[in-house]
Amino acid sequence: MSRPMLIARDVRKDFGSFTALQGVSLDIHGGEVLCIIGPSGSGKSTFLRCLNQLERLDGGGIWIDGEMIGYRREGDKLYPLPDKDVARQRLATGMVFQRFNLFQHMTALENIIEGPVTVQKRKKAEAIDEAMVLLERVGLADKRDAYPSQLSGGQQQRVAIARALAMKPKLMLFDEPTSALDPELVGEVLQVMRGLAQSGMTMIVVTHELGFAREVAHRVVFMDRGAIVEAGSPQQVLGNPQQARTRDFIAAVLN
Amino acid sequence: MHAETQKAGNDSWAGDYNVSGLQIVAPRHYGRWLAAFAIIAILLFIVKAFADGQIAWKVVGQFFTATAILNGLVNTIIMTVCAMVLGIVLGVVFAIMVMSPNPVLKGVAVFYIWFFRGTPLILQLLLWFNLALVFPRLGIPDVFSIRTVEVITPFVATLLGMGINQGAYTAEVVRSGILSVDSGQTEAAAAIGMTRLTALRRIVMPQAMRVIIPPVGNEVISMVKLTSIASVIQYSEILRNAQTIYYANNYVIEMLFVAAIWYLAVVTVLSIGQHFLERHFAKGHRKPDDVQKAEAAA
Repeated sequence: MSRPMLIARDVRKDFGSFTALQGVSLDIHGGEVLCIIGPSGSGKSTFLRCLNQLERLDGGGIWIDGEMIGYRREGDKLYPLPDKDVARQRLATGMVFQRFNLFQHMTALENIIEGPVTVQKRKKAEAIDEAMVLLERVGLADKRDAYPSQLSGGQQQRVAIARALAMKPKLMLFDEPTSALDPELVGEVLQVMRGLAQSGMTMIVVTHELGFAREVAHRVVFMDRGAIVEAGSPQQVLGNPQQARTRDFIAAVLN
Repeated sequence: MHAETQKAGNDSWAGDYNVSGLQIVAPRHYGRWLAAFAIIAILLFIVKAFADGQIAWKVVGQFFTATAILNGLVNTIIMTVCAMVLGIVLGVVFAIMVMSPNPVLKGVAVFYIWFFRGTPLILQLLLWFNLALVFPRLGIPDVFSIRTVEVITPFVATLLGMGINQGAYTAEVVRSGILSVDSGQTEAAAAIGMTRLTALRRIVMPQAMRVIIPPVGNEVISMVKLTSIASVIQYSEILRNAQTIYYANNYVIEMLFVAAIWYLAVVTVLSIGQHFLERHFAKGHRKPDDVQKAEAAA
């Protein structure tokens, strides 16, 4: 088998005396869709944030396409990378947040072209053309000039997905993308994500939507108390969980 | 339903509930009229007092556009602009330094804010103006130097005093503005590959401006009037020039009126400018009913 796109080895993270991640190891291959489920406080969002360096690791390592992220390795020593290199490495991943985090002072279109124009220094006209294709893809071409405050939660999240895609990432990270949405708006966001999965995008999705995980994921990981408890195919983990904690969690979510 | 209404119409009590032909009468605001009469009476009294008082209104008109006064006005405006620009630049730099993870930069910024907010402005002006007492010559030894009194003119002393003092206050205003922007905005900026400084410039500062502008506008207005303090170190702004004139012609109140009217005029213009600036930076933060109106229009 070829080398995985993303390799995480024994990832540890502490917040003061609280251990959020106690040694998480995970491989993800190109084109794979992985869903991480688990109770709140289980460390699944923290793990995702470690993957694009919004949190710095307290131990272990993460490699994307063979490049160690966040650190430069010399022998047995790890030197933290400067801000500029961290920013460059983040281009490999696109991130979608629970609370959308659209830039409030920019329109939908301006949000999408901000990365390509300001960070990647690409031509504005070209960036706008591509942004319009993306807006079309998430079904919001008519909202190009709307400010985030004028959009519903579901629309904001779809623009946020388009903004992440505009950077042409290798890997998309979703941090509970539907948790802040009204129930009737969840479907439109999942629809966009389903389409993205079908197009072959590599995705890691932290979610409570077990139906989505069952239908779209190639692999489901159940995390609890900062560690992976169980991992496998959706049928295995969701349909026939082997661990008591997984069973309890799935029963609690379904009821 | 219809049948029931018909039935009620036939009952004897139902007539009291007939709403056709009712008229809403606007409430009478007796209090407002009373207040208006009282205020007008007081105003008339004040106007009469000034009309009868020993004020030569002709002199006010005569000196309103006197060369010395207009020069003072220009100097006041120039100083306000220069000191404010210096203050804002220093304010932004020191606000970023205060929030920096670098303890050295943070320490320097904390000291700067502590020192310049902690001493009176007039004292700082006098210190700058008398710098020559400590350092008779400025420059790099053996390469270049110049006599301090030639560099530290009243203009330079006032600019340094006011601008550096203003920077200490503006730093705190800018810091509160930066803090007002949700941390999710910085994270989203980082996620699309922005460095810390780019995120600050492109994402955080434009949104912080909404919070920063009202207090800075307030301080610009304050600065217009604070320049009058520079009269103690011979900077010839409006008030000092007005004083110079009344030392000669003895029309004290008249000249003070001239200065007061000019200050009010400048401040009024600035207030209008602030309104438009605030509107520009409210982008994306329109009030909910504006959004509704926009949607209704579309």
